[in-house]
Amino acid sequence: MSDRQLDSTATRRQFLTVAGSLIGAVAVAPAQAAPPAPATLAAAIDEIVGDAPVRRGKVKLEVPPLVENGNAVPLTVSVDSPMTEREHVKSIHIFNEKNPQPNVASFYLDPRAGRAQVSTRIRLADSQKVIAIAQLSDDSFWSDNVDVVVTLAACLENPQK
Amino acid sequence: MTHALVNVPARAKRGEIIEIKTLISHPMETGYRRDEVGKAIPREIIHRFTCTYNGVEVFRADLFPAISANPFISFFTRAAESGVIAFNWTADNGETHTETATIAVD
Repeated sequence: MSDRQLDSTATRRQFLTVAGSLIGAVAVAPAQAAPPAPATLAAAIDEIVGDAPVRRGKVKLEVPPLVENGNAVPLTVSVDSPMTEREHVKSIHIFNEKNPQPNVASFYLDPRAGRAQVSTRIRLADSQKVIAIAQLSDDSFWSDNVDVVVTLAACLENPQK
Repeated sequence: MTHALVNVPARAKRGEIIEIKTLISHPMETGYRRDEVGKAIPREIIHRFTCTYNGVEVFRADLFPAISANPFISFFTRAAESGVIAFNWTADNGETHTETATIAVD
């Protein structure tokens, strides 16, 4: 009898533990699943930046804040730099938050560029943040970002065909 | 890869900063789309662009599927001397396309 009681309390305790952890898992899972994009975004940025701090400023990212067609969003990045041998921009990296892949493009410059400015056209799968990070010759990193609202997303439709 | 357009000024003053614009026809297939029967369409993009000025690399870009079809890239360089500015695009399938422009610097 006492054995059975022990058993049953054990089972109840086990049940409660299991149930508790399940509830916990259910409660925690969506919170963890919610920002997968920023996680890969952070990883992609880490790959370029490493442990170095990224400061706001010097970089100017120009993207229209509201775009109709996410398949071709014009983008210009310029960096405030004299572009001399001693002080120039080594590279400019573009990232996004919610496309299937966080990287958009990396541009490599040297002092001969004269002006640190690059333009291209990008795809945006959703309304999201676009980030530009520049690496200067002293290996400091500077960034700018723009929130873009996209009304017709890239990738979902099939507008190229 | 067939058509490419490059815009380089024909003449420039020595030391002048010139803008270069490039455009190439390419679908830039992302690898994230599916065809009518739901089969994934394999990725096929131009992933590398380089620009050399008289043989010296002055600009390079690594491109990802988030670059629009028919990639457009514009950038700046300093007109150092007369010569040839060459542009090279490399696609995933190994195909490359080269375009050249001559510039007279005085």
